Amino acid sequence: MTGLPLEGVRVLDLTRVWAGPLATRILADFGAEVIKVESRSARGPASVPAEYARRSGFYPNGEAGERPWNRNGFHNKMNRNKRSVTIELNTEDGVALFRRLVAVSDVVIENYSPRVMANFGLDYPRLREVRPDIIMVSMPGYGMTGPYRDRVSYGTTLEPEAGLSSLMGYPDRGPQRLGVAYPDPVAGIHAAGAVLMALWHRRRTGRGQYVDLAQVETAVNVIGEYVVGYQLNGRRPARLGNRHPWMAPHGCYPCRGEDRWITIAVGDDAAWQGLCRVLGRPDLAADPRLATPQGRWEHQEEIDTAIRSWTQDQEMLDAMHRLQAAGVPAGAVLDARDLATNEHLEARGFFPRLTHPDAGTHPYPGQPIRLSATPAVFRTDAPRLGEHNEEVFKGLAGLSDQEYDRLVEQGVIGDRPPH
Amino acid sequence: MEGVLDGVRVLDVSESASGAYCGRLLACYGAEVIKVEPPGTGDPARRAGPFPEDRPDPEASAAFLYLNAGKKGITLNLEAAGGQAVLRELAAAADVLLEDAGPGVMDGRGLGWEDLARVNPALIYVSLSPFGATGPYATYRATQLTLYALGGYMYLTGDPDREPLQGPGSQPAYLAGAHALTGVMLALLAREAGAGGQRVEVSELESVAAAHQWTITRYNYSGTVQRRIGNRYDFGHPITIYPCADGYVGIGISTDEQAERFFVLIGRPELLADPRFGTNLARLLHADEFDEIVLPWFRARGKEEITRLCQELRVPCSPVTEVDELLANEHLAARGFWQEVPHPAAGTLHYPGPPFRMSETPGRPGRAPLLGEHNEEVYGVWLGYDRQRLTLLRRAGVI
Repeated sequence: MTGLPLEGVRVLDLTRVWAGPLATRILADFGAEVIKVESRSARGPASVPAEYARRSGFYPNGEAGERPWNRNGFHNKMNRNKRSVTIELNTEDGVALFRRLVAVSDVVIENYSPRVMANFGLDYPRLREVRPDIIMVSMPGYGMTGPYRDRVSYGTTLEPEAGLSSLMGYPDRGPQRLGVAYPDPVAGIHAAGAVLMALWHRRRTGRGQYVDLAQVETAVNVIGEYVVGYQLNGRRPARLGNRHPWMAPHGCYPCRGEDRWITIAVGDDAAWQGLCRVLGRPDLAADPRLATPQGRWEHQEEIDTAIRSWTQDQEMLDAMHRLQAAGVPAGAVLDARDLATNEHLEARGFFPRLTHPDAGTHPYPGQPIRLSATPAVFRTDAPRLGEHNEEVFKGLAGLSDQEYDRLVEQGVIGDRPPH
Repeated sequence: MEGVLDGVRVLDVSESASGAYCGRLLACYGAEVIKVEPPGTGDPARRAGPFPEDRPDPEASAAFLYLNAGKKGITLNLEAAGGQAVLRELAAAADVLLEDAGPGVMDGRGLGWEDLARVNPALIYVSLSPFGATGPYATYRATQLTLYALGGYMYLTGDPDREPLQGPGSQPAYLAGAHALTGVMLALLAREAGAGGQRVEVSELESVAAAHQWTITRYNYSGTVQRRIGNRYDFGHPITIYPCADGYVGIGISTDEQAERFFVLIGRPELLADPRFGTNLARLLHADEFDEIVLPWFRARGKEEITRLCQELRVPCSPVTEVDELLANEHLAARGFWQEVPHPAAGTLHYPGPPFRMSETPGRPGRAPLLGEHNEEVYGVWLGYDRQRLTLLRRAGVI
């Protein structure tokens, strides 16, 4: 074995935005040859208004530059280690070209709405005609069957539908969404697992297969205990804010500075005694009303007041280290800057630095799956649009120079947005 | 082939949701997953609930029933030397071991990766933990709340003028469990290609940090520190939750074309020409005024009607669903998502189906084991222990 577990596995990646690209990022980090197949307009227009570039924060120093489609940080973060080709799949030539790639590939993954691949003539039965043992993964919001299959969805609308939003929020307010489009990463991580399982199956049997991943169903899987729980006690779970059904104190407390906070969660007597020591409150430690988890839960408002009067003068990371030293589970509320400069993540080498010809050198969030013998490798930053057209189409798909030039001329392939 | 992982043997000695969820997924797709629990008390999830009619019952805790569906259950005291010896024997017969005891704990029992690799060099040893085995926070204590905070999700969630909010349930644990599943599959494929066994390490903190949309990269690219903005979305508007006549709806208008169709739907096509509302960015900058105009339309209708009307015009919209409504969702029902599984203590319940469906290897539903239910089977088949030996181990408090 020469290195990476997925060496020699070729993946055609038609996915866009977040869920799908996250799945293929995992595959690419572990050696798969992931070829992003993009429309020339997939990364937005050829020029971006300066105000948007500044406000979005996606562009280095807030500047869209000459080739904004290659400079978008969100795109570049998702697509390291991959190659990029462009194909306009709404053309006959484009479909024929894609089929030539399928013939020499192992996996096709896509997250269009369910009708799109069939309309291109590229659904699973037809891909199998080209490559009988192909593995295909479709990951639309609602799956490939069922009454809602054609509904339009994003992570932001699947999160409430899958039941996640009703489980969180301020107790005096309505349901709440997480600050990210959360079903996307949930679907993406699971989809990577689906590809690997299908590869495992193929190595055993020689057979490909089709995977239908409905993002709404994947999202339900990460709150499964609530669905089972409702059937047992017949109650909708309460919106608890930052509280917990039995741990107390359990909350988020203000620290010194603007919008600085710390979370503290006490689940046992040792943590409670440690907390009282750090707060300098032997009276609370000795208070018989607060000696049991039940008692602390019943008097948590009083405890919260005591914690708050201490935390408000503390620097959040300093408070966290002191509480941890006393055995208290505590975590500062980190923002983007705190995360990007966090000493623990830094010490574990979580932020590989990659250099991109159009976007410069930046650190990026790394790979949380750490394998001792075959670790992830960060070889290249995200590909520029159509960067690998020539080598893939001439090399892999076997196009002649003449055919290649004709497709470029007709706009079926290219390396910049059409407008 | 019923399940894609038929024949793969997994020892699940995890004690929290992260390892348990990874084990659940492996079981769901056919692996033989053995949940190893301490004799007497069993897994901590047996005490978590909710319980039938709120009466605690270690065989009917929702958290345990869900996270351990499809596994077999044995008891084994890993604190005792006798139990540790038995686990080494089991590890010799396993493909994968899942543990989340925290850095150093398994090593202290003589059951760390290096210990078990000696008895089974092909073993895939999976360690899940809040912070990983190295780094300055490695031994810090954590709960889901503190991981939401340190992982950066919390700062982004909630109202700008109130305290940040934790997420729904145990997402740091689930993200780590799902990453670990992928790690197991990578290690199985690598082993087949000749890499031997290896250690897979997944931390909850990194699992959350890797599941950010653009937070960290925005900072690294342009110094932008994203803040929480309630139920709004830092990209366009309305991507939010609105109150309606009978609850709430989620709406996700992300393109100007969708906005145009929405304006037609609510009978206000002229709004597209209004400079305050013509583009994603303009609508976000004028979100309060926008909401004031559209809220009466939402308040006059129910969530199912709003969803239907929006979807007819291809405007992304969904009802905000409570857990009981989820169980009644017609789409999930039509897809046969729920798996009806009987359990001797908890009765017949509906469990979420697999997170993805494989055409050739659908896997099979299963239920959570009773405490020690498969002692005779597993110790008998895997290790060849007879009744007499099991009785001795039971008397010694090992199983």
